[in-house]
Amino acid sequence: METLDFQFASAPVSRSAHAALCGVVGSGNLEILVQAGDQPATCQVSIKTSARGFGATWQAVLGSFAASHPAGGTRIDINDMGATPAVVSLRLAQALAEYRGGEQ
Amino acid sequence: MSLNDILDRLFPAGHMITVANQVITGQAQTAQGMVAVLGTTDAAAIDHAMALALADFVLDTVEQHPGRPLVFLVDTCGQALSRSQELLCLNGSLAHLASCVDLARRKGHPSLSLVTANAVSGGFLSFGLMADLAYALADAQVRVMDLRAMARVTKIAHERLVELATTSPIFAPGAESYVRMGGIAAIWPGPSADLLASALADAATACAAGDRRQAEGLARGGRQLAAGIAQTVRNSATGV
Amino acid sequence: MSLALVARKSWFEATARARLGGLLDAGSLQEILPPGAAQPSPHLAALDLPGAFDDGVVIGRATLAGRPVLFAAQEGQFMGGAVGEIHGAKIVGLLRRAVQEKPAAVLFLIDSGGVRLHEANAGLIAISEIMRAVLDARAAGVPVLALVGGSCGAFGGMGIVAKLCSAILISEEGRLALSGPEVIETVAGVEEFDSKDRALVWRVTGGKHRYLMGDCAALVEDDIAAFRAGASEFVATWQEPLPSVANLRATQQRLENRLAAYATCRDGLQVWAALGVAQPEAVPLLDRDSLVALKEGLPT
Repeated sequence: METLDFQFASAPVSRSAHAALCGVVGSGNLEILVQAGDQPATCQVSIKTSARGFGATWQAVLGSFAASHPAGGTRIDINDMGATPAVVSLRLAQALAEYRGGEQ
Repeated sequence: MSLNDILDRLFPAGHMITVANQVITGQAQTAQGMVAVLGTTDAAAIDHAMALALADFVLDTVEQHPGRPLVFLVDTCGQALSRSQELLCLNGSLAHLASCVDLARRKGHPSLSLVTANAVSGGFLSFGLMADLAYALADAQVRVMDLRAMARVTKIAHERLVELATTSPIFAPGAESYVRMGGIAAIWPGPSADLLASALADAATACAAGDRRQAEGLARGGRQLAAGIAQTVRNSATGV
Repeated sequence: MSLALVARKSWFEATARARLGGLLDAGSLQEILPPGAAQPSPHLAALDLPGAFDDGVVIGRATLAGRPVLFAAQEGQFMGGAVGEIHGAKIVGLLRRAVQEKPAAVLFLIDSGGVRLHEANAGLIAISEIMRAVLDARAAGVPVLALVGGSCGAFGGMGIVAKLCSAILISEEGRLALSGPEVIETVAGVEEFDSKDRALVWRVTGGKHRYLMGDCAALVEDDIAAFRAGASEFVATWQEPLPSVANLRATQQRLENRLAAYATCRDGLQVWAALGVAQPEAVPLLDRDSLVALKEGLPT
């Protein structure tokens, strides 16, 4: 297992009272928890992944997400069991949409 | 140690116990009076017939001897592994046995179990772990699975499991781990009428106190999370 | 829109959270220890494995057709739904809460292979605690309904737990047993149980067989809405019996009779024929309604 921490500048998103969860920690899948963070223009990400040595890939996928979505002011925690970049991007977008929708 | 040796040392005042199909049933004299003795021997693989024989004996005891303590002698290598057993829902017969032990508790029969040799997963769940208090003899094997098989199934290196097992009672096989986790009350150096007498007294208290294993596991440092989590879930306001 | 046009949502394929979303009244779900408030298993982390925020089980309270219920839903996709220390303690706490809170029922969405080997001792003791807690809830008059239809079925200690519940609602895809076919094959050989023979596995452990034999109270389609309908009916009609010697004696007799009659059978086909099913080989092909009609027409 590898633990990775990143911070990205990102346009602020309106603060939600409810955390949002997407996905399941199953083979080739991951779960993403989006909660309110403490820095309005920063997206803080912490990852625990079963696949070692993919730090650069995570940085690229997450950086692209933070640049193209308003994710500032969030803290994102990820538990990963070897999801592909495409699955990661999809789940990130789903989790953020759910967070913004304020759905519990 | 043979079953007869164990019985003679536990019940020097006398016992009338029969063994059929690896199932032990009978009555014995103790310092606290008569107790019902039941269980399995020779590393029994628990099947329908054994579970039903034990359940029948528990129900007989409830009907014929109100309040008489139950002493389970546990020596099981787990459940019978066969298609015909599963076809008839073996988990259902084990659940029925567990229900009978639970009913006896509700009817005021204190119970304790003593692992005499082996206690493995399903066989242990159905009656040994259903008793108010569980004990084990010092050389008893208590486990879900040995580390080599565990390494194969979990795909974690055997050496890594062996190394962690020295410090963590969470998965390490052995009665000592179960003591630290709160699942077994104490390890006995050998079968003893004195230890049995004090355990029967403790079982009578435990019978009324409910399931205290999480608290025990916390107090002994082996299971540090379960008690707090169960308590939080039980009492938390919802909507949070 | 007619009902037939509504897309069926498979229970088997859904996640625990998706099952709960369709099972319970919309907007009524209140999760206890939600992901943001919980911690993944430190024991998995010690073995260098990622955990899940909810440790593979979602618990809370909600309403079902207007009645208050507590629920626990195991996530089969995470570690095979297996029970570790936190996972087990959440369920135990919920069942103890039920004794105090007296909901109309506890809904137990079982999807589990049993003990999580990475936390084997914690898991085994936790399952024992769950067994006692289920019986405590029932003795307090709170029915516990097991819902079985997930990809991991109800195996090992969770198979025992399922049979301790007031009733089991199962789908044809659901499986209920003690040892998994793979375990039996590994230990006793492929001649004893060929775990790759899917049809055989279902004839021995599957929902139709368990329902025909009376081990499960109801058979439903692999459809979240069907589970909701079945659970609603259970909660509306079930009277939880007090624990009694008479009831356990009746069960004892039934199990003894059954063992005497079918002990030598090794395949569902043989048992169904002995039960009086005229064309046992057709059973796997029957749809749910036809199978229920067949069971109701059997000699008792």
